[in-house]
Amino acid sequence: MRKCRGGRMWSLRFGRYLRGARSGGASYWGGLFPGRRFTQAASGGNAAGDPRRRGRVYQNPTWQHVEQRPLPEKKVTVEVLDHLERLALVDFRNWEGVQRLEKAIQFADQLHAVNTEGVEPMDSVLEDRCLYLREDNITEGNCTEELLQNARETVEEYFVAPPGNIPLPKLEERDTFLQVSE
Amino acid sequence: MLRVSLREISAALKEGRVSPTELCQRCLSFIKATKFLNAYITVAEETALKQAEESEERYRRGQILGDLDGIPVAVKDNFSTAGIETTCASNMLKGYIPPYNATVVKKLLDQGAVLLGKTNLDEFAMGSGSTDGIFGPVRNPWSYSRQYREKSVHNSHTENEDSNWLVTGGSSGGSAAAVSSFTCFAALGSDTGGSTRNPAAHCGVVGLKPTYGLISRHGLIPLVNSMDVPGILTRCVDDAAIVLGVLAGHDPKDSTTVQDPFKPFELTNFIDASKLCIGIPKEYHAPGLSSETLALWSKAADLFENAGAKVIEVSLPHTRYSIICYHVLCTAEVASNMARFDGLEYGHRSSMDKSTEVMYAATRREGFNDVVRGRILSGNYFLLKQNYETYFIKAQKVRRLIANDFVNVFRSGIDVLLTPTTLSDTIPYVEFIKEDNRTRSAQDDIFTQAANMAGLPAITVPTALSEKGLPIGLQFIGRAFQEQQLLTVAKWFEKQVKFPMIQLQGLMDHSHTVCQHQKSAFFS
Repeated sequence: MRKCRGGRMWSLRFGRYLRGARSGGASYWGGLFPGRRFTQAASGGNAAGDPRRRGRVYQNPTWQHVEQRPLPEKKVTVEVLDHLERLALVDFRNWEGVQRLEKAIQFADQLHAVNTEGVEPMDSVLEDRCLYLREDNITEGNCTEELLQNARETVEEYFVAPPGNIPLPKLEERDTFLQVSE
Repeated sequence: MLRVSLREISAALKEGRVSPTELCQRCLSFIKATKFLNAYITVAEETALKQAEESEERYRRGQILGDLDGIPVAVKDNFSTAGIETTCASNMLKGYIPPYNATVVKKLLDQGAVLLGKTNLDEFAMGSGSTDGIFGPVRNPWSYSRQYREKSVHNSHTENEDSNWLVTGGSSGGSAAAVSSFTCFAALGSDTGGSTRNPAAHCGVVGLKPTYGLISRHGLIPLVNSMDVPGILTRCVDDAAIVLGVLAGHDPKDSTTVQDPFKPFELTNFIDASKLCIGIPKEYHAPGLSSETLALWSKAADLFENAGAKVIEVSLPHTRYSIICYHVLCTAEVASNMARFDGLEYGHRSSMDKSTEVMYAATRREGFNDVVRGRILSGNYFLLKQNYETYFIKAQKVRRLIANDFVNVFRSGIDVLLTPTTLSDTIPYVEFIKEDNRTRSAQDDIFTQAANMAGLPAITVPTALSEKGLPIGLQFIGRAFQEQQLLTVAKWFEKQVKFPMIQLQGLMDHSHTVCQHQKSAFFS
């Protein structure tokens, strides 16, 4: 960045800001906002002389939140909830949990209003670059003890897991809030 | 002494006016004095003092490692630190001691920084208030500032002072509170949807989110792989540039870091504003924006215009959808990233062991709180076969539209965008918890997460105090990898607004009494 040639001129221009300052540690911005100035102005008028705009910032919100439509009845059934609990291996725990999901879906439904015709999905902002791949050489290792230290159950150099290939019990047999809700 | 900037304390260390061990001890005792803020989860006292002693030895020999040698810093608790417990404020990782340092932590330690401890956050960095971790909420130091107290006396006489404390914002609230309350000179946060900039704005400090791919994420416990970045919190823009210079650069251990060489830079004091083009995105006047923030935003635009810069109104038409898009993508990636917590190799493990599935389910039921579980379940819902196209792919398409909005704006000649950081100044905790985590995140991240979606650098600079005496910050969003330009503009702006220092007089005096036996001449 080049040095500004008019350095001293700036402080004169800002003089009118400094004059309004209150003393006693308050920011000099504090004394400059008589709130009454920014009331709702009449609509209309061209961009340059638009009374809604002071400087370049619009004085009113330029959009509003859309009221979220309630979910159709069959969207979140007990089957779906059970399926999610199995996939995620976390539980809803209570009605609040289910409501949280419903609100999340309602919120996400607003996306359907956007026209994405012909748009490619974006995975990453660095999609135009190649990921770095290093040489396939061993550069570190031999840290078995360190890695085993954080595990709760180990035997010699093994992590110990309970028996696998046993599916989670069905809804009727599981101790889950969803069963109660049925 | 603790109130000065990083640059100034570095100079003081180099000139021998203060020693690293003394500085470290002052910071540690001040952390104890401000314990009620709950900013720190773990204070690594012994290792910090050892690092300070080593730094002192280096200063004695005249072989310092760099500008950060001997400077106390804090790190958010979702960065892995070898030998120091890393919990992410969750039961799932309570007691977990990583065997390695995150790359950013290693870079700081290699420069000689003194790691004071790990700071508090929302559980797994999910939230916008730093209120949902298992170690309790973080209090905003401004709740105890003279500026706020003086204004609030007029408002309420009957309320108990202690119960009406304010939230820091999140999720890096602990880091922001630590920097704001002078317990350290710089702190690391993480920024996925505004988690560094939001608390920075609420705590009156500078919060920098670098470009995605500039700083390594190796060792940062991931939330959303395509949007996470380590964030930097400091008391002034210059300090942020110094820390950025240390941390940025390609890391072979993180293949999403770009391979372009990074040259650390020094910021100049003057800019030729006539060459600058500032964009004001009109959609950033969102519903709910407070009139004070709006007024400050207008004044800032005028400030640039009067300095000779071109200030142009621009449009980012998909702004209103960005928070929804973020919500879908975030929960989807969270559902995937949280799948690693099964209790087998690290972290909490349940005692139920009929089968692996039962054990995993029980572990995760016991380890995660409502917020995390809620996001995992929502994410899994959006990723179901029947919903994949309509939600996840749709959100990815909208993300491209949002990123393209920014590309178009910058292509039309804009250098930097100027926007608010938050809707208003911070609010009391009792108000904050009236809405649930998801609603609050949707409200608070509205201005910040678009920069994460597009991977652009953004910085929040504390601008002025509100009517209540609380900080309000404004955000600058720059072009990708143009941190130097962004920080130069931010530094100039910071110099113009002269944001007042927080006055925590009562606490500073208390700390003075505690350290009465210390005889440093610099002590005042």
